[in-house]
Amino acid sequence: MSILSVRDLHVDYRTQAGPIPAVRGVSFDIEKGEVLGLAGESGCGKSTIASAILRLLPPGTEVTGQVLLNGEDVLRMKPGRLRAVRWTGASIVFQGAMHALNPVQRVGDQIAEAIIIHGQGGEREARVRVGALLEQVGLPPRRIDDYPHELSGGQKQRVMIAMALACSPSLVIADEPTTALDVMVQAQVLKLLNDLQHELGLAMLFITHDLSVLVEVSDRLAIMYAGRIVEDGPAQDVFEDPAHPYSRALAGAFPAIGDQQYRMAPAGLGGDPPYPTDIPSGCSFHPRCPLAFEDCLTIDPELYVAGSGRRAACLLVNRPLPVEAGA
Amino acid sequence: MRPPPIEPPIVAPPVIVEEAPPPVPPGGPGKIAWARRRRSLSRSWRVYRKNVMGMAGLLTLILFIAVALFAPLLADREALKVTCECNGPPLSPPSIDFPFGTDNYGRSVLALTIWGSRISLLVGLLATSVAMLIGAVIGLVAGYFGRWSETLLMRITDWFLVIPFLPLAIVLASVLGGGLFVIIMVIGVTSWPSTARIVRAQVLSVKTRPYVERGRALGATNWHTMTRHILPNVGPLIFANTILTVAIAILSETTLSFLGLGDPLSISWGTILEFAFGGGAMGGGQWWWIIPPGLAIVFVVLAFTMCGFALDEILNPRLRER
Amino acid sequence: MSQREGFVGTLGPRIEGTPLLEVEDLYVSFEGRVGLGSGLLGKKATEARAVDGVSLSLAQGEILALAGESGCGKTTLARTIMGLEKAKSGTISFEGAQLGHNLRKYRRRVQMVFQDPTAALNPRQTIYESVAEGLRIHGISRSKDGVSEEQLVARALSRAGMRPPERFFLNYPHELSGGQRQRVVIAGALVLDPEVIVADEPVSNLDASVRGEILRLLLQLRDDLGIAMLVVTHDLGLAWTIADRVAVMYLGRIVEVGPAEEVLQRPLHPYTKALLDVVPEAGGVDRPFLTGEPPDPTRIPGGCRFHPRCPAVASGAAAAAGVEDRCRGQDLGLLELRPNHYAACHLAALETREGNGQARALSTPETSTS
Repeated sequence: MSILSVRDLHVDYRTQAGPIPAVRGVSFDIEKGEVLGLAGESGCGKSTIASAILRLLPPGTEVTGQVLLNGEDVLRMKPGRLRAVRWTGASIVFQGAMHALNPVQRVGDQIAEAIIIHGQGGEREARVRVGALLEQVGLPPRRIDDYPHELSGGQKQRVMIAMALACSPSLVIADEPTTALDVMVQAQVLKLLNDLQHELGLAMLFITHDLSVLVEVSDRLAIMYAGRIVEDGPAQDVFEDPAHPYSRALAGAFPAIGDQQYRMAPAGLGGDPPYPTDIPSGCSFHPRCPLAFEDCLTIDPELYVAGSGRRAACLLVNRPLPVEAGA
Repeated sequence: MRPPPIEPPIVAPPVIVEEAPPPVPPGGPGKIAWARRRRSLSRSWRVYRKNVMGMAGLLTLILFIAVALFAPLLADREALKVTCECNGPPLSPPSIDFPFGTDNYGRSVLALTIWGSRISLLVGLLATSVAMLIGAVIGLVAGYFGRWSETLLMRITDWFLVIPFLPLAIVLASVLGGGLFVIIMVIGVTSWPSTARIVRAQVLSVKTRPYVERGRALGATNWHTMTRHILPNVGPLIFANTILTVAIAILSETTLSFLGLGDPLSISWGTILEFAFGGGAMGGGQWWWIIPPGLAIVFVVLAFTMCGFALDEILNPRLRER
Repeated sequence: MSQREGFVGTLGPRIEGTPLLEVEDLYVSFEGRVGLGSGLLGKKATEARAVDGVSLSLAQGEILALAGESGCGKTTLARTIMGLEKAKSGTISFEGAQLGHNLRKYRRRVQMVFQDPTAALNPRQTIYESVAEGLRIHGISRSKDGVSEEQLVARALSRAGMRPPERFFLNYPHELSGGQRQRVVIAGALVLDPEVIVADEPVSNLDASVRGEILRLLLQLRDDLGIAMLVVTHDLGLAWTIADRVAVMYLGRIVEVGPAEEVLQRPLHPYTKALLDVVPEAGGVDRPFLTGEPPDPTRIPGGCRFHPRCPAVASGAAAAAGVEDRCRGQDLGLLELRPNHYAACHLAALETREGNGQARALSTPETSTS
């Protein structure tokens, strides 16, 4: 059984101007000990998925489909069960580590809070566990009595990771965990997450816009565009030989230094991602697609098989390349 | 082993705009600026119209302003004179001839209230203008230039903020003598500090925005930055604050007039109340003498406050972002 | 050049010919605030030496990437060049003339592009007004050849890839996408016909798929209009994509500078190597990186400022080569170790000297330990 199994997830935000479909039918599984990387640009719905898994979306948001966490549907849980599952079943490392910590509470107490709330120990046991957790994330245990402002950005993100691990969840969702960090610190945090994931056999959903970061830490990659997954498969394969033109453009945005193809030739796509309320007909990517042909305007492609363990939502995967488009 | 970068599409991708852009008016940038202002105003108005509280306040205000403007049509000015032929018996309760009854000279309380609206509104608006001018300038200068000018101006502001209004106003009014102009100045000079503080806080926040920096990198002078970037972003807040301050100014005028520090020659709601108090209306049970000006004050102040809050919700960036 | 005891090398190389923009011996520092009480007790404000001796030249039509971690002073350097920060000492010259009272004129010819286009545009101004702002500041209502303000704005927008420009005149920034906003910021710079554009992380706030287009635009502006650019970035991949030369900054100094292909493919300085190591690459996270926190410009270590974090010092490679004392004790500037390729590293200097015997003579041993 998968740790997490998302089935046909739809999320509509309610606004005064009408519903905004942020996620439009997304399915994926994460097995034990597996890291799934979810990539896409801002507004593609990737962070919405993270919140939907733990039902952290604003009230009134319409969520349909299934989110099976260890076989249990999160979307249909009673509030009490939901509270228990949050943090013990799955936890989140948020993108804004700098602001997610309470500035007037010692970091040790903030981590211990989660342990005590979930009844996994009293004050004393919690404190011992917090010390061990800090060591695990590479912080000296004496930091337990520090306030957040005494820590650097990287250290705060380590505290956030410790907090996510506090109740030994089976799934950790990392939502842009390194985005605000500097390059050098980013590498350290990535390594830490990677080591912890191996060590603890965690299942992990890693969300970021930075494909080059994802490919380093993920086993499998899923690329999102306009609220849907447009390609998924083993991370290396997807990055090195993308089947979907969008994945290819995204991979091209992170050039390999030394590769003459990229020298003085930035790769990018024209146009902008569509607004969720105004998704183009047919393949939602067609207005920006350099390879689009007539059928793309009318046929909405599903995920076709594109090699072993790989799928891509592109008509070109399903049929030979048309002569005009290949020119 | 990296994928080849995607070739640029054969046809240059058009820059996509989702909605059709508005037609560009022919003519120079002046026209463009006007079109912009019209659009932005009409957008604010659309939002305001949806605000029930704001609309109720606005309608009440329009009513009162209409009464003040058309006072000569609604009541004869002669009716304010103690000696007017048209006066009825003193202290008569509401009747068909005198819907709000009469005062101790037999004057129509209705006529007094109608004409009183002129002075009350006038003093409120003018005093507020004075307060806004002082408050906005001090807030802008302190916030924008910072350093010692900020320290100095804000200490002065604090000083004005903590001295109690009434004693100061009484002293000023009695030293300078009670006239309409003095009343306006006294209220204006004492009610600017909160505006200065609000404006300064907003200037401090706008000043650090990157677009102000961009202007500086383009070579903008302080004057340009102030008028093009700071003021347009602080302006709406000053406007909303003005409307709120009018309410306070009208109340202050009433207070001062009630205490006998107003202009005895001009009838305002405050002076009517003072006369009523002096004429023993409270003890004598002549409620019709007190209630009309009293209610008028309550409604006008409420209307200004409601408009002010509604505007604040629309124009104050901090409330809007919520 | 710096006159300190035992200092070798330069703070930045001169380039051939007359540089368009030249920064010499620039120092910028920020003073921390001291409360009145602590001030009376004699406590001194901490001084952050954000730019600690930098010389830099930019040739006509050249794209120079300025790379480094946050806090290395690259943004401060760019802002100082734009006149947004005050230099403590040092000079900035444009076409050989030192900046002083001619700042306003200079600002017409050197323009800036900002990191966050959303914040860099006044939300209450239309696109037209934002682009025309430069013209209005400089009192230009029509160009020398009689082109009206409206036409100048249209031309700038269309050069920045907003076509047809008239369509966007009345739009507000919030009605555009991130990429379009950055084009508007670029158009606002182009409208004054600049010769230099200083771009501070021009694409780091944009969506990945849009970045390439903006970079392509910058390259195109250089090719078509001959605009020189100083691009501040933390992303060496970006430098590889568009830069002719790359300068790497560490703690307020340039520690390596040279042609992009040289610096990025055959780096000399251990810090550049470390930065290249952390560029994510398919193949896992198990690659070397520097430990510890980003450097603190209020406490710049003596000797080579990189030595406390230097992997060559930590691994003993420096000691084995016999330069560790110098690493710890002798501050050094840039040395031309390969043609046009400069680095500030004792070990690299020794190695290249042994390698080809061409490097300039280094300091005498007497001044090296102090």
